[in-house]
Parts: sequence; structure tokens; C-alpha cells
Amino acid sequence: MDQRPSPVFLRTTSSPVLPPPVFAGGPVKWVRENMLAGPGSALFTVAGLLFILWVTPGLVRYLLIDAVWSSPDGAACRAPGAGACWSFIARKLDFFLYASYPREMVWRVNLCMAMGGVLAVWLLWPGAARKGLGALLFFIAYPVASLLLLHGSDALGLPKAPTDLWGGMFLSMIVATVGIVFSLPGGVLLALGRRSRLPVVRFFATLFIEFVRGVPFITVLFMANTMLPLFVPANWSPDRLVRPLVGVTLFASAYMAEIVRAGLQAIPKGQSEGAMALGLSHWGMMRLIILPQALTVVIPGIVGIFIGLFKDTTLVAVVGIPDFLRTVETARLDPAWAGPTISATGYIFAGLFYWVFCFGMSRYSLMMERRLSAGRKR
Amino acid sequence: MMKRLLIAASFAACVTTGASAGVLDTIKQKGFLSCGSNTGLAGFGLPDDKGVWTGLDVEFCRAIAAAIFNDPTKVKFIPLTAKDRFTALQSGEVDVLARNGTWTQSREAELGLHFGGVNYYDGQGFMTRKKNNISSALELNGASICVQQGTTTELNMADFFRTNNMKYEGIAFATADEAIKAYDTGRCDAFTTDVSQLYSEKLKLVNPDDTIVLPEVISKEPLAPAVRQGDSQWFNIVRWTHYAMLNAEEMGVTKANVDEKMKSQTPEVRRLLGVEGDFGKGLGLTKDWAYRIVKHVGNYGESFDRNVGENSKLKIKRGQNNLWSKGGLQYAPPVR
Repeated sequence: MDQRPSPVFLRTTSSPVLPPPVFAGGPVKWVRENMLAGPGSALFTVAGLLFILWVTPGLVRYLLIDAVWSSPDGAACRAPGAGACWSFIARKLDFFLYASYPREMVWRVNLCMAMGGVLAVWLLWPGAARKGLGALLFFIAYPVASLLLLHGSDALGLPKAPTDLWGGMFLSMIVATVGIVFSLPGGVLLALGRRSRLPVVRFFATLFIEFVRGVPFITVLFMANTMLPLFVPANWSPDRLVRPLVGVTLFASAYMAEIVRAGLQAIPKGQSEGAMALGLSHWGMMRLIILPQALTVVIPGIVGIFIGLFKDTTLVAVVGIPDFLRTVETARLDPAWAGPTISATGYIFAGLFYWVFCFGMSRYSLMMERRLSAGRKR
Repeated sequence: MMKRLLIAASFAACVTTGASAGVLDTIKQKGFLSCGSNTGLAGFGLPDDKGVWTGLDVEFCRAIAAAIFNDPTKVKFIPLTAKDRFTALQSGEVDVLARNGTWTQSREAELGLHFGGVNYYDGQGFMTRKKNNISSALELNGASICVQQGTTTELNMADFFRTNNMKYEGIAFATADEAIKAYDTGRCDAFTTDVSQLYSEKLKLVNPDDTIVLPEVISKEPLAPAVRQGDSQWFNIVRWTHYAMLNAEEMGVTKANVDEKMKSQTPEVRRLLGVEGDFGKGLGLTKDWAYRIVKHVGNYGESFDRNVGENSKLKIKRGQNNLWSKGGLQYAPPVR
């Protein structure tokens, strides 16, 4: 090897790595980029901070410090300067959960909700095993089991609890679940119908979708409530709870159909042509090639509908179904509790309930979106 | 399809012409009474902590059930909103509508309903702060008054002040909640709505004891249970349930002493309780129908006190709802 000193200077070790300038990374960078990017942005940041500073102390005082945590009736909550009356919520919690459902039978509601929770987690957990079995249980066995449990059955020795006693959170969950479970398949069928090559199918699917989408939800509910009994013989008159459930399902299906149709249209024609070239039947093509892609594309839209539907369940109160919000409205009228802070407390609690569920759904959908679109990132 | 349509049409025709015959028989057959109730009104129809319905209207339905089945729990309460209450009654979904509905001429004549005994004489009233030293609504000249927007309450108030040549400043709010809040913060001197409502709104004030309800009632709101036209027997049962409760109060028959009163020698009491004669027969009930009502629910005064009167949180005074013999309007024909 040549031992002569090199005529040129060659550095043999690399220079020490310097930390990035403090402004180019870490929290400082984040703040600079997101909150102080320009004069306008800086102004909004300052205004936002001031707003938070202005609101927080009052909220904390009302919700926590001045709040009444335990009291046997409304007297303590009435005291001047008292904040949120949480003891009211605690006392009425059973009523919010079950409304008029006979108290000695609420274990049936609890069992039903627990089963639903376990099955839902099974189906929604990304890596869970044997989802096919889970789906079968959730969509076939679970509805039958919950109906028997909640409504009671002489054969099983469970005393009857007619639907006029149902209410509260568990009823809200039932309405939302029924709407969600039935609107997805209904929406897919309607969307396929609207794109069908058979004119009669296309016509009726379009007619239904446009009709239901063209009227407010309350109208659909009133129609389901007053007209459904007219379409069937008097002695078959559907249960008062079934009617709004039908209304909710019809309404959600129509909206779902348009979302699904958007997904179907987003799939390039080459996909269906390729599927046909492979000799797949129409339904095989839909099931194996088109729908999985189309539904993945529109997950945000579908979840958007679910979230809207969950909140819309409060509207069933207009046809006299005591859903969760209705129980809050009723409970705050109780003369034993009535007071200046009761309504606010009740509505804050209701707001929290709906927020927790809707926020949960929204986060879950974001996660699924990221997982499912991982392979298609460009 | 055709058959369905025909059935639907005949059903619709049935609805418009009135009830199918024999409401009482239908009720006996299905084993319970369907009672259209309020979705929630303190003192009149409201579920308690356990979800059990309570209130003056609710007890009225329980009384009917007691008369028919000797069991006040055989009632299904169907909460109805103001919008669908009459439809529900007309379509036969409920047998009786005990939902603080005001008895008016057009409702009775045009909707094909019959209103039974008035179980609460309501009307619009005023409340004001005690420190104003006002003892009559006629002294409200120049007052600012909080009221709920777009209701007949607003119109009644305008009429009242005009007829009495008084000035007022009406401050209207979209909801009763906002109106009562404004009154509480001192934006108005008085608050007006139906008297039954005044008492429950009063409880939402920071200091309910600093406010009084003025004695004047400026409008007529007779609240009565309603039934469909076309079944006089059923109408009679509903009406006479109320009268039985009134008669019991007048004769001093209470839930507690009704068994003792069976031995009473007073002919009226004996007839009412079915010891003498068979007055339930004409109604299609047993002869102890009134005994059952008082035994299970109590007389009218008891029900009133328990739900809206002295023994309740509302503490509404009997006023017009006192017996005729005590200066009120509650008057029942005799059982004879």
C-alpha cells in the first residue's frame, strides 16, 4: 500500500453530528409551524388562548369546585352559588339507564348490553380470530337472544316486559344498533339497485332513495308512526317501538345507499371488467371485487352516517319513545329536584354521553381507514 | 296487495267514523287499559326514580283500571306528545287520553272526541315577588311580565290588561325555561302561564319562597280526560270514575276508611260503595266499582293532595278545584 502522504487533504472521520437548530425540531418547531405560522395564525392562537383562559376557570368552578356531589334531594343544589348538581345524576342514573324497565328485571338489560359489547368488540377488534362466527352471532343469534331476554318469554320462564316500559340509554342503544345494523345491508342493496341495468329495479330504488332523502327525519318518523298501522290489519298493528325502528332504518338506508353508490362509482371500470374476464358472476364480482374496495373508500362517509344516526335517535322522542335524552328531560321536571341548576346538569350529562360515543366511533373509523388504506398509499 | 289496501281503507274508515264497538270489552279481553299520558308534567304525569308513573292524570287512569279489573296496575301508559295525542286516541291506540288536555268546543265537535269529568280546572295566572307587595293581578299596572312566546298565554294576557285598562310590558321568550330564568334574574316583575305550570316553574327559582302566585285566574283551561265518540258506555265509565272519586270525597270516604264505611248507614254511601243497589251494572262494571276505585286509589281530594296539593312539592291550592260545597267547581251528580 502506498505510504506516501496524500497530496490532498482527506478527512477520514466524519464531522460530529450537531443537534438540529432549536427552531427546526421538537415542540418549538411544531408550535412555530402550527400556531405561529404567520400574523393571522398568531392572532388566532393568542385569541384562542385568551378564550380558553376566560372560559376554563368558570367551567371548572361550575363543574367541579362548586358542584354538589351528594345530597338526598334538590335542597343542597338550590343553595346560592351552587354548581352542577351531580347528586341529581347519581340519584337518577338508574332511570337514565332503564327508564321504566322493571327494576327486578334489569339484569336482563345488563346481560343483553354486555353480550352486545363483547360481540361488538370481537367484530371491531382488527386482529380478532374467527370473525365469521362473531358476525353470525352478532347478526343472527344476538338479535333473537336480546329480543327474548328484553321482552321476556313464557317458554324460558322470563316474565314479560312490554316495550312501553323500555326506555333510557339502553333504548337509545337499541335504536342506534338496529339502525346501524340494518341500514348498511339495506343501503348496499339500494345502491346496487340504483345502478342496476333492470329499469324497474332502478326506478324503485331511485324513487325510494329520493323520496326518503327529500323529507326530514321527523316526517319519516311521523309517517312510520301513524301510517304503518294503516297498512296492516288492525290486530297486527305494529308495536309502538317497532314503528320508529322501521322509520330509522328506512331513513338511514336511503342515506347509506348514496354513500355506497359514491364508493361504487369511485372504483375504476377495469376492476369489474377484470372480474368478468375471470368469469365471476355478477354477485361474485360484487362480493369479492367491487364492494370490498368500494366500502373501504367510503368508510368516513359510512361512519359519518352512523354518528349522525346515533344522535338522530333522540328524535324518536317526538313519537313518544322515551329515549335517553327524553329521560333526562323528564327527570329534570321532578319536583323533588327541580332547581336552577338541574336542567343544565342534565344536559351536560347528556352531552357527555353522546360525545363519548360519537368521538369513539370517529376515532375508530380513523384507525380503520389508516389500516385499510395502508396498501394503497401513493 | 288489493286485500291489504281494502283492509287499510276499511280501517281508515273505521278511524274516521269513530271507535269499534265495545271499548270496555276490548279492554277486558286484552287485560289492561291503554292510557295516553303526558311525556312528563310534574304533578300530572311523570315517571318517578324507578320509572313508575305518578300524577293526578296517571291516578285517574289507575282508578279506571281499578274499577274494571280491581287492580290499579293494569294500565299501560303511552306517553304522547301534544302533536300525536289526538291521532293516537282516534286510531284506537289508547282507550283514554288523560293528558292534561284542555276541553274546548272545537276539539269535541271537530275531532270526534268526548271530554269526561274535568279533573283539574286550570287557567292562566301570574306570579310575582313577595317584596313587590302585590296581592292581586289587578295591581300589576305597569309591570314587566315574562311570558313564553307564541302561546295563547300571550294573547290572554293582552286581553286581560286591555279590559282592565292597565299597561304592561311583555317580555317574550322562546321557551318557558328561558322565561323563568329571566324572571329569576330580575328582568321582569312577574311571570305568567297556566297556574298548574306556575307552581312547577316556581320550584326552579333560586328562592321559591320569595315568590307568590296571585289568586286571579284569567282564562279557562278545563283539563279533562278524553275518549272517542261512539261508545257511550265507555264514556260513562270514564266520566263516572271521576264522579265516584268526587262523591267519595264529599261523603268523607277515604282510602283508609273505605272498608269501615261499608258498614255505614248513610244511604248515599251505601249506594256509592255498592252495599245497596247495583249501580255498576249500567256501566258494565261490578256493583263495587266505586269501592274498588277508592280502595286502590283514594278519593279526589286524596289524589289531589298527594300529587299536586299540600302533600306534594308543588303545593297547589285547591282553589277552583275544591268541592262545590267548599267554594270550588268540582261537583258530581249523585249515584242513584
